[in-house]
Amino acid sequence: MGESIVITSGKGGVGKSTTSANLGTALALTGKKVCMIDTDIGLRNLDVLMGLENRIIYDIVDVVEKNCSIDQALVKDKRCDGLYLLPAAQTKDKTALTSNHLRWLVGELKEEFDYILIDCPAGIEMGFKNAVAGADQAIVVTTPEHAAIRDADRVIGLLEKEKVAPPKLIVNRFRKQLVREGGMMDVDEVVSVLAVDLLGVVPDDERVIRAGNQGEPVVFDNDSLAGKAYRNIARRIQGEMVPLLAFKEEKSVVYKMKKWLGFA
Amino acid sequence: MGKALKPGVTIKGTKDGLLFFLDDSRPFSAVLNELKYKLEHHSASQIWDGPEMKVKIKLGQRRITKPEEIAVRELFSIRKNLIIHEFESDGMPYLADFEPGIQMLTGTVRSGQVLTHTGDLLFLGDVNPGGTIQCTGSIYVLGALRGLAHAGSKGDETAIIAASVLRPTQLRIADVICRPPDQWDESEVGMRFACLADNQIIVEKMHHLSRIRPDKEWKENSKKL
Repeated sequence: MGESIVITSGKGGVGKSTTSANLGTALALTGKKVCMIDTDIGLRNLDVLMGLENRIIYDIVDVVEKNCSIDQALVKDKRCDGLYLLPAAQTKDKTALTSNHLRWLVGELKEEFDYILIDCPAGIEMGFKNAVAGADQAIVVTTPEHAAIRDADRVIGLLEKEKVAPPKLIVNRFRKQLVREGGMMDVDEVVSVLAVDLLGVVPDDERVIRAGNQGEPVVFDNDSLAGKAYRNIARRIQGEMVPLLAFKEEKSVVYKMKKWLGFA
Repeated sequence: MGKALKPGVTIKGTKDGLLFFLDDSRPFSAVLNELKYKLEHHSASQIWDGPEMKVKIKLGQRRITKPEEIAVRELFSIRKNLIIHEFESDGMPYLADFEPGIQMLTGTVRSGQVLTHTGDLLFLGDVNPGGTIQCTGSIYVLGALRGLAHAGSKGDETAIIAASVLRPTQLRIADVICRPPDQWDESEVGMRFACLADNQIIVEKMHHLSRIRPDKEWKENSKKL
């Protein structure tokens, strides 16, 4: 029996789909069977990030309308063996699904997979409620910005009313340099406001965008700090104790020079 | 004795003091008039001018409001030796609008959530931006108040809002609304409270509270045994 985890944020554009794609891949890389469900009907993009857009034949709405079986709709990842995607429908809207559909679907998938990651649409309306309905656990993604934190706080409040375990937090697009300069909230501050357990911190990394555009999650990039952060989060999801990454600041050339000469 | 003849106010002496039974079957104003009459004209009796005596007011099945209590206390004020020790209704708090002291709640009031409460509230937790805490009495937050707080929501202008970290998006006391400065002074750390003064909300350090509420000030008992 697998675990279902909804990945949500309230605010759009903080990196829900990117997180879903990377965590799904990272979990699959550790040998687990993982299914990602895109519930953002009408605005699907998890398939784009995974580079699987051209392999979609059936989608989630076809499954719940019984136009096809679940297995027929699942798209197998091109790199990982145990990784599947259940894509959203692009031609329908959010009303095509109900909470009961998701509950049934996740229940079926749990039989076969170790982890089911549900990529939630932005907002707190029906799409959100549907996505949360099938979940056992929840991950809230936020960036260290006041607007995103406000929405994350609202979502945490709504999740507490649902039958999910207390949500865990991922702070995305963290920039140490900016925090040092006082232009961004520190992780401690974010965690103290939201008062939930921290699952991980993902640094801001342009390679995430580059990888996403190539349809290849950044976790495959061994040099990327963000990729490492996602791999660590995947290990934490499986119950391992992994310390948080220490983010080094980009040192200037002058500083490196001084250091080399023994001045600093 | 028929019911109609039963007096509105019955006075009994006990070894602990006087018991005033106020009849609960007739209107309170009638009872008050009778009490007034008895206190003013009972000159035949020695008790009105004797030594200090404790008075207990028994209200029967009746519950009274705060103004009614004050009215009773005013009537007794003409007899300096009679000290009202307590009011009592049968098996219930004597005040009709009784609020059971201060209540304690814990948790986090998150964005979009509203915590409403009757009476005073001690809240152990944070109120986040976008969250609202609303009380008919005062609000005391042991935690960070970053959202909206409304004390005295039914019009109580004496209500205060106190918090370990007072960083609200907005404060309201009774009908007065105020917005904090856009930039918080970083030196303003530590516990603070907000209260109404001249129809404006002011924020002060905690130790100023005794100046504004001298009736609540704690004093060391000078009488030592």
